[in-house]
Amino acid sequence: MVKELLIILISSSLVSNVVLSQFLGLCPFLGVSKKTETAAGMGTAVIFVITLASAVAGAIYKFILLPFNLTYLRTIVFILVIAALVQFVEMFLKKFMKSLYQALGVYLPLITTNCAVLGVALTNVQKNYGILTGIVNGFATALGFTIAIVILAGIREKLEYNDIPESFKGMPIVLVTAGLMAIAFCGFSGLL
Amino acid sequence: MKQNSAAERLVNGLIKENPTFVLMLGMCPTLAVTTSAINGLGMGLTTMVVLALSNMFISLLRKIIPDKVRIPAFIVIIASFVTVVELLLKAFIPFLYDALGLYIPLIVVNCIILGRAEAYASKNGVVLSLFDGIGMGLGFTFALTVIGAIRELLGAGEFFGLRIMPESYVPCSIFILAPGAFFVLAGLTAIQNKIKLAGERKGKDMSKIQSGCNLDCAGCGEKGCSRRLTDNVKEKEGNNG
Repeated sequence: MVKELLIILISSSLVSNVVLSQFLGLCPFLGVSKKTETAAGMGTAVIFVITLASAVAGAIYKFILLPFNLTYLRTIVFILVIAALVQFVEMFLKKFMKSLYQALGVYLPLITTNCAVLGVALTNVQKNYGILTGIVNGFATALGFTIAIVILAGIREKLEYNDIPESFKGMPIVLVTAGLMAIAFCGFSGLL
Repeated sequence: MKQNSAAERLVNGLIKENPTFVLMLGMCPTLAVTTSAINGLGMGLTTMVVLALSNMFISLLRKIIPDKVRIPAFIVIIASFVTVVELLLKAFIPFLYDALGLYIPLIVVNCIILGRAEAYASKNGVVLSLFDGIGMGLGFTFALTVIGAIRELLGAGEFFGLRIMPESYVPCSIFILAPGAFFVLAGLTAIQNKIKLAGERKGKDMSKIQSGCNLDCAGCGEKGCSRRLTDNVKEKEGNNG
């Protein structure tokens, strides 16, 4: 069991990285990666939300959708649950955990319907993961996102001072960087 | 061409405000499924059906849905149509269903759809919204097919599954792998930048050309992209009046 979870942890975070090989959560990956600090903040918020969302979505799937034979409703149910969950978490943090809210607050509304969150919830169901396995998979996926976005932010900070051809300034050079990172991450496929 | 006619909506979606080449919306599916031209075409058409239907439905309900809960309401409508389309694909075109996999349910969070709902369907009549959806969908399909064809041609030497490159061409398979998607998109945005810069030097208004939505996939319907889309529409309405 532990070995199985460890394999999921490595494969979801490194081998099939959520951004670099599955292209989920690309918008925050490209949009919030100008500075390492904000990237790390975004990453933490994503880990928090995805882990929580995969737990809740997994529980709802197992205890409500499956027994009542409503599995075809999963897309609708998951997106609503995730949106509501993020709103709720935001309110909860604001009221009871001020310091955490100050650290993550700005990023939370931005992830309401991040496609990575919905993507993980749906993958868990597709691969028939149980709730615990689903949570580990969610955490690992989000960890992969955080690793990728922090590395990209680090590279972008260095890129600032480089002489880049005019047409490649801005988004194009970031995409080239992401492509090179994707090649590097291909190397992890030998891990398993 | 007459402003806000059905034909104008089609041309607008296909060329003037092409969701991929001009507005840069919905990049996740664009990169993920364009490993071949046929996959791009399939994804484009699937999205178009959802977009047209949800646009029409949202336009029908636009006076009933209270303003405060409109985003959740839109998402439910879109998610319902996505589910319908997903089940239809599973039943009738299983090879496409297998090829697109996870990215079919993820059409829900494609910001083109929520963006159009916010920017157009919730403010305009049923027929126009339908054609707006079809136009945007065609534009998306066109873009995805082109990107898919480029990647397939470079990465496998094929076009819609037919080998057309000469025997001596060694396919550069990185283009159908994940990194290739980033490189093709990088090239595309560089061309876009070039056109934008050249246009600006000549003093044309190029503000419509955007590179990448900033923060979130569907969340940008509320915060980033769609405000941009909304602004475009408002500008036009302003010009009319």
